[in-house]
Amino acid sequence: MIKLSKYVLYNILKSKIIIAYTLFLFIVATGLFQMEANSSKAILSLLNIILIVLPLVSLIFTTIHYYNSYEFIELMLSQPLSRKRVLLSEFSGVCFSLVMAFCIGVGIPVLLFATDVSIGISLILIGIFLSIIFTSFAFYTSVNARDKARGIGTALLLWFYFTLIYDGIILLILFTFSDYPLENFTLVMAALNPIDLGRIFIMLKMDSSAMMGYTGALFKDFFGSSSGMAFTFGCMILWAAVPLLLALRKFRKKDL
Amino acid sequence: MRFLILVIFVFMQLHAFSTTIIVGQQKAVKSIKKGIELAKDGDTVKVMPGVYKEGSIIVKKSITLIGIHFPVIDGESKVENMLISGRQISISGFHFINSKHSSYIDYSAINIIDATKINISNNKITDAHFAIHVSNSTHCTIDRNSITGHATITQSAGNGIHIWKSANILVTNNSITGHRDGIYFEFVTHSDIRNNKSINNIRYGLHFMFSHYNHYAYNLFKNNGAGVAVMYTHHVSMENNIFTQNWGASSYGILLKDITDSKIINNQFLSNTTGILMEGCNRIDVKRNSFNHNGWAMKVQANCENNVISTNNFKNNTFDIATNGTSVMSSFDHNYWDKYEGYDLNKDGIGDVAYHPVSLYSMVIEKNPSALFLLRSFLVTLLDKVEKTMPAITPVELVDKKPTMKPFQL
Repeated sequence: MIKLSKYVLYNILKSKIIIAYTLFLFIVATGLFQMEANSSKAILSLLNIILIVLPLVSLIFTTIHYYNSYEFIELMLSQPLSRKRVLLSEFSGVCFSLVMAFCIGVGIPVLLFATDVSIGISLILIGIFLSIIFTSFAFYTSVNARDKARGIGTALLLWFYFTLIYDGIILLILFTFSDYPLENFTLVMAALNPIDLGRIFIMLKMDSSAMMGYTGALFKDFFGSSSGMAFTFGCMILWAAVPLLLALRKFRKKDL
Repeated sequence: MRFLILVIFVFMQLHAFSTTIIVGQQKAVKSIKKGIELAKDGDTVKVMPGVYKEGSIIVKKSITLIGIHFPVIDGESKVENMLISGRQISISGFHFINSKHSSYIDYSAINIIDATKINISNNKITDAHFAIHVSNSTHCTIDRNSITGHATITQSAGNGIHIWKSANILVTNNSITGHRDGIYFEFVTHSDIRNNKSINNIRYGLHFMFSHYNHYAYNLFKNNGAGVAVMYTHHVSMENNIFTQNWGASSYGILLKDITDSKIINNQFLSNTTGILMEGCNRIDVKRNSFNHNGWAMKVQANCENNVISTNNFKNNTFDIATNGTSVMSSFDHNYWDKYEGYDLNKDGIGDVAYHPVSLYSMVIEKNPSALFLLRSFLVTLLDKVEKTMPAITPVELVDKKPTMKPFQL
């Protein structure tokens, strides 16, 4: 399996897209730190990139990679290899390359320039998780759709849903039911979107003063405690594992 | 020549009359009460180290009481340690413990009533209900006292330095922690409050009402339950103070309610949930302050008029300004805002585009606090950007027409 993952990785590196992505992240991150006088403003801009660009790239890159290596997968399956192994090694190859790209592109500048190390480290952690989660999503959607256009379309829709539509719906609900106590509801809703979960995790560190007021205190009590952190990462791991497991199940019985 | 001799003679007489009485467990005079009884106006009573359990010590003569190496005055939780009334009394170098507590009478370690020219300096006061309580007095100095309490709930706790209906009081270099309000003033005028540290009090670090013409400078108010609250006062000046780590939904760096004709200059507001809340304030100058890492740097309610907010630095705040209405009758010109995205073509250091410090989302949160949880999401950033280009909900007049490009050197 490791051997197979290695081939997948070589394949990805050969296409040079991932190197371009790494460079892009690196230049943007370093540029932000150089341009902004105070590093927390740069971190804020980086947060936006991580919450928007990272899921998009992970989704699209994985989907395209899957469809492009369809023939390779078919070839591998003609060998005495289990379907589970083939898909898992594909997943780990893509995942590893995306996470590495992020760690080099954003991780190094953050560790070099960020004045507040704890915010920097949580930023990197969330970035890694989001890369894995959206890769796993993309595997699920592309295993499900045979047609390439349909696969990419679904991936894009997912991205739209998690970055924009979901928050819009929540805002709508918050205003429609503003007469009711919605604090616990928001806690649950936050857990149902990995991007929101990551955002709140970082916000608790970055906007700690604002979070001490109103609902914020509730969030701080919940997500700021060690059990809350365990909850955050537990949810993140679930978000990564569930689509992958579903993809594996689908792939095992799929008529290729 | 004759006159000179007379003057010298008088001085010698004075000197001869002013004696020093020494009180100590191994001395002739064993109790402080006895020492005071023996003393005449102008005398000094020196108290040697030891623990003195004498009930309430009443000082009405114009004497100087000096503690050597902090003799302990123990109230045994039954009495007020010391009651002072009169003129020209000086108390220094004592350690007051076990003062009486009550939930309906304001007992205090040092109670000063109807007095003038009192000097309370360099004392330690531990676990008192009220530490220093001054009422109906003038020209008193409270200097270098260290006041520590262990208050847990507001109802049964007293204030650190509590001053009522007094004038010309000097409160300097004290440190107050663990009381209800660190410093409490009511009907106190023409007073000066300097270099005090009010930390970890369960309600307000500083609390005053109806206390006009006072001056607060170089004080530190940190991590108090509800920050600092000041009300119904005019002609106050606050300079070079630090307000920090006042965290909570109703906790403010400083809450100004019905304050008029005042100055807030050169202060630092660091990491507060709300830096300044202004309610019904008129003609206040807020200048050269630094607002850093606050949730809301300032909340200026719509009922404030003619305030001038200028030459301040706003950095790393989640929200710069919030308000609760659309009418704006204060000026926000010429500040530095780190969120400003304009340009400066003629290089005069002033941005060419006006800055709107109220973000849409701060208005949204004002109406619906739960929505805080969507802060910094893509959707909210998008909404804010749209609102900045075409203001519809945020007050259009709340604008800095001359934002500076670089922070002020404060």
